[in-house]
This record gives sequence, structure tokens and C-alpha cells, in this order.
Amino acid sequence: MPAIDLDRAWDLHPQVSVRPEPFGALLYHFGTRKLSFLKDRRLLEVVRGLRDAPTARDACAAADVPASDLPRYGAALGALASSSMLVERTP
Amino acid sequence: MTTDAASQAPQTTGTRLVDLFEHGLDAPICLTWELTYACNLSCAHCLSSSGRRDPRELSTDEAKAVIDELEAMQVFYVNIGGGEPTVRSDFWELLDYATAHHVGVKFSTNGVRITPEVARRLAANDYVDVQISLDGATPEVNDAVRGAGSYDTALRAMRNLADAGMKNFKLSVVCTRHNIPQMDAFKAIADEYGAQLRLTRLRPSGRGADVWDELHPTQAQQRELYDWLLAHGDRVLTGDSFFHLSAYGQSLPGLNLCGAGRVVCLIDPVGDVYACPFAIHDEFLAGNVREPGGFARVWRESDLFAGLREPQTGGACASCGFYDTCKGGCMAAKFFTGLPLDGPDPECVQGHGEKLLAGRPEDRSGIPKPSGDHSHRTSPPRPREPVLVQLGRRADMDRPPVSACEENPLAGLRIT
Repeated sequence: MPAIDLDRAWDLHPQVSVRPEPFGALLYHFGTRKLSFLKDRRLLEVVRGLRDAPTARDACAAADVPASDLPRYGAALGALASSSMLVERTP
Repeated sequence: MTTDAASQAPQTTGTRLVDLFEHGLDAPICLTWELTYACNLSCAHCLSSSGRRDPRELSTDEAKAVIDELEAMQVFYVNIGGGEPTVRSDFWELLDYATAHHVGVKFSTNGVRITPEVARRLAANDYVDVQISLDGATPEVNDAVRGAGSYDTALRAMRNLADAGMKNFKLSVVCTRHNIPQMDAFKAIADEYGAQLRLTRLRPSGRGADVWDELHPTQAQQRELYDWLLAHGDRVLTGDSFFHLSAYGQSLPGLNLCGAGRVVCLIDPVGDVYACPFAIHDEFLAGNVREPGGFARVWRESDLFAGLREPQTGGACASCGFYDTCKGGCMAAKFFTGLPLDGPDPECVQGHGEKLLAGRPEDRSGIPKPSGDHSHRTSPPRPREPVLVQLGRRADMDRPPVSACEENPLAGLRIT
């Protein structure tokens, strides 16, 4: 799965609903009717922080993602972008 | 269970979604809500034995209170069914109420109320999906199970939806012995109307128990269906209902998990909460939405659901090499065919279920019956045995009684 461009601004698709769960969160896209999940709470924090962060990299930093984990988080966000859960935001 | 959405979940990481779901969730993903037992049809295999409305059904206000709860629990969408949900006079009101409260609606219908006007209204709402039921790709095969005229009704509804610009609504088919050879034809119908085909498994639930023996696919047909499903991948939805077929080898797309009480459940028309839509029986009754604490409390605290979320041991299936893929199959299918819940599915592709089915008592005694029956009383006519009448003489009368109009002066005279 290609990672997203961490240096751009992203946001959840407006038709996506997020539901926190003990293991992380569930995401549901009302447009594509697809379900996805976030496997940990930190990823949830990143996703929630996208809206107010100038770039995805900043959202990761705000959620205390260690630099060594950035590629992994980038890939997870990439998977979400490829299923239209995330969309690029024009800052 | 019906997790069409979940079946498309990307595996974002090494964790399998199914492992997270086995222990249950704070709220269901797919909730089935049957709004009424009333139905204009009398399908031979109706899983909820529907026909007549139940006088205890939830009122409009009670239904709205349930929707409020679902919104608070962040249930993404509900699968509304019945009965025929659109025959409830407040159906459209409840539909609008749910979508306005961020609860998406996918509803199943035989199409009877899907007029061009309704179709336009549905197409305009992004949070509504429609599922048209059709169990034969020809009127002969469909109407034999769903009743005369039901094929035409369904196709007219599909035409109306397509004309209104509704995209990707569902054509929902219960797979039977008679329609397995029609899979390509179903796909062609779906494609013609811009719909997506959804295939589900015939369960011996409700009136389905009465026809299951003659309608469930043969072993050879199960293999045929499995190959067909593999060839079509996730372009054909299955509501995850054929996970028992995964024991043929490769897993089908989907969770391949019995979601009962873990990710799915049923709210029936009177507010009773069951572990799954195919298990309307006291054994699987977790509570009622009218009780204090409402639906959320039933979902989170019922002993029945807590038990279903425990790790399952596999019982008689534990030693089978395919247990990891099929997980012992469908609980409801086992229950209503009288098989032990910790053993093989009646349609186990390894043939273990067939042996158990053959060993059941001839008179089917001991097989659980569904808890309720709302079938129409007159239609379809129940099979009737001839009534044997014996003609004879009454011992206390040696001849016919005398009519009051008899003119013979000797009428009734007895000489002993």
C-alpha cells in the first residue's frame, strides 16, 4: 500500500463516521458503504488531528508518533486514502 | 450475519479484523431491525414466519427512541426488514428520522411500495440503500417460493429505482436448490438495473424450517456456488453468510465469523433483542428494548451475549482440519435442524453434518420450533390430510326420525 504524502494536508472524507472501540476505532464511509478499522488508539488520534494540522506529519507529531514509526503510520494512512476514507485538503 | 460492509474492510495492518471482533464490540456493526411482522406476501421460507402484524409492535415514538439510542451508540447503519417494512404507515417517517440522526438505513423489501415517486425520494438520500428480494431469476422459480406476482413486483421496483437514478442498490437472493443454476442470470438482472447482487444462505429459521429439507442446496450445488462466488470475488455480496463453504479450501471474502451477539443482533417488531436475525427463539433472546437501560444495556450486559463473546472451543469440530476457516458454521442452522451447537453445520462441506441429520428421529421430535408464528392463517393454505368420515347407523335409532310434515296416520308407529 503506498504511503500518503505526509507533507500535505489531509482530512477525513465528510461522509466518514468514526467510532472509537477498545482496540482503536471503526470507520464507516456512507458513500462507498465500506467499513475500515484503526488498529490502535494513537492512529485514531492522528486521524482525528488531521483536520487541524497543516500536514499529516504534524498530525503524527501532535499524537507523539515516534519518528521510527512514521513509515508505518504513513502506510496505514495510505490505505485509508486509497479507500477514500481520507481526502486531501486544500489548506 | 450480514456484514457486507465489513467484508470489504482493508487489512490495514497485520491484525485480522476477525480477531478483534470475536470478543464483541461496544455497539453492533450491523444491526437488523424488523419493523413489523405484517407482510403482503407469504414466502414459503420466511425466516421470521411473518404475515400478520403483532399488536405489541413498537409505536412510532418507541421506534424513534430506539433510533436515538442507536445514534448515541454510533451504530453506523441498520438493516431494516420485516415482514414487509414499507407496509408500516410510519415507515417513511422513521426512515427520514434515522438518516437525519446519522443512522444509515438499508432496508429489505419485496418492492410492493417502491413507486416511481418513492424511488426518486430514495435516490435523493445518500444515507439510504435498498435491497430488493428475489429468489428466482425467472417468474416460475421465484413465484413458487415467494408467491404469484412477486417476480413482477420486484422487477417493477428495480425498474423504478434504476429510472430514478439510484445506483448500486442490492438485488438480494436466498440461494435454493432451484435457483443455484440461475446465478449468471441473477447477475445479468442486477447488471441490467445497475444493482449489486447479494446472495445469502437459506436458513431453517421460521417457516424456512418447513421447507429446508427440500430447498437447501445439494452438496454438489454448494460446490458449484463456492466456485461461482470465488470467481466473482467481492463484486458479489454475501452478507458473510457462506463462511461454512470456506472449508472447501480458500476463504471467501468477508469476516468468516459467526457474528451473533458479537457484531450483529436482531431487534424484532415487538422490541425483543435476539442474537441474530435467524435465531428467533427464546434460547437466543437477550432482552427487550422496552426494559430499563434500553437496547444499549441489552447489548452490553446481557448474559447471553456475554456467553457468545467467550472463546468458542469447537466441540466435535475441534479436531477437524478446517475448523479454523469454517468455525463450525451457522449456529441458527444447527439449532433449527436439531443438531448440537458445538458440532458441525448441517451443510458442512466435509459431510459431517449429513451424517448427523440422517441420525435424527424419523418424526423430527425434539427439534426446536420458532418461538413465534405470525403467518397468515389462510395463505398459503396449509397442506391438508383428507378427513376420513365413517358413515353408519346410530345404535339408538333403528330407522330415520319422522318428519313433522308426515301425513301417513301410521307414521312413527312402533309395534313391538
